[in-house]
Amino acid sequence: MQLDMAEVERVCSDLYIRALKILPPDIKDGFKRLVGAETGETAKAVLGVMVENVAVAERTNNILCQDTGIPIYNITIGRNVSFDGAELKAAIRRGCERSTKENSLRSSVVHPITRQNDQTSCGVRVPIVHVDFDEREETVGIEMIPKGSGSENGSFLKMLLPSDGVSAAKRFVIDRVIELGGRVCPPTIVGVGLGGTSDMCMHLAKIAATRPLGTVCSDPEGAKIEAELSKAVNELGVGPQGLGGRSTSFAVHVEIAATHITQNPVAVNIQCHSARRALATITPGGIAFS
Amino acid sequence: MAHHVLDMPIDAAKVRELQIGDTVTLRKTLFGIRDATLIHMFDRGRETRLDLDGHAVIHTAPNVRRVDRSEEAPVGYAPFCIGTTTSQRMERFTRQLMEREGVRLIIGKGGMGADTSAAFKDLGGAYLAIVGGAAALETTWIERIEDVDMDDLHPESLWKFRIRDLGPLLVGMDSHGGSLFETVRDDVASRRDAVLASIGAGE
Repeated sequence: MQLDMAEVERVCSDLYIRALKILPPDIKDGFKRLVGAETGETAKAVLGVMVENVAVAERTNNILCQDTGIPIYNITIGRNVSFDGAELKAAIRRGCERSTKENSLRSSVVHPITRQNDQTSCGVRVPIVHVDFDEREETVGIEMIPKGSGSENGSFLKMLLPSDGVSAAKRFVIDRVIELGGRVCPPTIVGVGLGGTSDMCMHLAKIAATRPLGTVCSDPEGAKIEAELSKAVNELGVGPQGLGGRSTSFAVHVEIAATHITQNPVAVNIQCHSARRALATITPGGIAFS
Repeated sequence: MAHHVLDMPIDAAKVRELQIGDTVTLRKTLFGIRDATLIHMFDRGRETRLDLDGHAVIHTAPNVRRVDRSEEAPVGYAPFCIGTTTSQRMERFTRQLMEREGVRLIIGKGGMGADTSAAFKDLGGAYLAIVGGAAALETTWIERIEDVDMDDLHPESLWKFRIRDLGPLLVGMDSHGGSLFETVRDDVASRRDAVLASIGAGE
C-alpha cells in the first residue's frame, strides 16, 4: 500500500476535531462506574456535571473542553506500506494546522522562550509525532491525542535507587496524587512509568496515561502494581476536582521497560477526566475512525 | 448552605456574606483572565482600559470565532468554547488583582493557596469552584463577548463576557479563612499512612 499524503493530511485534521468532540466509550463507561460507587454528595454533583457536559458537547456539536491541548500523533506502520517519511511528517503538521484554522480552535502552543503563539497549534517539534511499527498487513494506524495541560503539568520523574525498591516507587505515585489534588482535573487516569532511561520512563508514563480504560499492563508484575495502586488512590479522598470523595481516578495504569542495574526510575503523567483520543486506521479498503 | 444570586459587580459587604459550601449563580458580567494576561498586567506593568472593580474573573482562555461586528458580537468575536483552566498557577497575582483592579471573585478549578486566602480575608474576596473540563456546558452560560483588551496576547487576552445565570458554582474559599480545598487536603493527609501501609509502601 502506498500512503497517500493528501489523505493523511485530511485524516490528521479530522482526528484532531473528533478527539476534541467525542469522548471515547471506555471513558464514558468509566464515569458510569465511578458514579455507581461514589457516596459523597458534592462528588456526585461534580460527576453529574461532567456527564452532563459530555451530553451537551454532543448535542451542541461543541468540543468537550476549551483546552485544545498539545497535539500528539502516534503513527503505527504495518507491513508492506510505502511512504516518504519526511512527507509523512509534513502531512501530519498540515493536518493539525488545517483543523485549527477550519474549526476555529484555540491554538494552545507557544514558543517556550518568546511565548509567541503562531495560532496554528504547531511550533518547534510540535505536533509531537511518534512512529512505531507492527505486524499488521498494509495497515497504518494514526492516533491523535490532544493532551490537556492541567493534567500534563502533573508530570514527575524520580531516579530512585535500586535499594529504594518498588515500595518507594509506589509511595512516589501516591504522594504525587496527594500533592496534585484538584489541579489535574480528577477523576484522572494516573500514568506510571517504571524502568527504562529517564526519557523512556516519562514516555512510558504518557503511554500509560493515554491507554484505554479496561486494558491491563502486559507485564504481570506491572499489572499487579496497577491493580494495587488503582484501589489505593481512591481511598485517599481527593475526589472529583479535589473537592473530596472516592472518585479520584478512573484507574492507575503502569507501563514498564527494562532498566540499568544502577537505576530504579519512576515517572508520573496524569490524564484528566476529559481523556480525549481518536484513532483512524488506514487500509487499502479505506479509512475507519474509532 | 445558602444560595446566592449575584448581579455583578458586587461590593465587599456582599462578598463577605459568602461562606464555603454555599452556592452562587452569577449574572450580567464576567471577565476572563489567565497566565499571560496577569504576567503582562503585574510583572510588566501593563494597564487595561476595562473596569474590573467589584467584578468576577474566570481563569480561562476561550475558543472564539471571528465574525462581523454586530449587536451580538460587538468586538467581532463569537464564543465557541469557553472553559476553565487550573487556578493554582495564578496564585501569586491574587492580591495585586484585588488591590489594583478591585476584583472580588475568582472563578476557577482546583482551588488556590494560602496567599489567596489571606488576600480574600484582608480585602474581601472569594473563590468559586466551577467544574473543570465541562466547557461545552459552561459555553451555554455565555451570552456574548462584549469586549476584549490586550488581544495581542490572544487567546490569553482580557475578555469581557455577558453571561446568563452562570452556575451553580460552589464557594470553595471565602473571606473568613475557610477553604474546602484545605479541608480536603487535611483529610487526605490523615489517610495517607494507612493507604501506603495497605500497599506495602509505608515508611
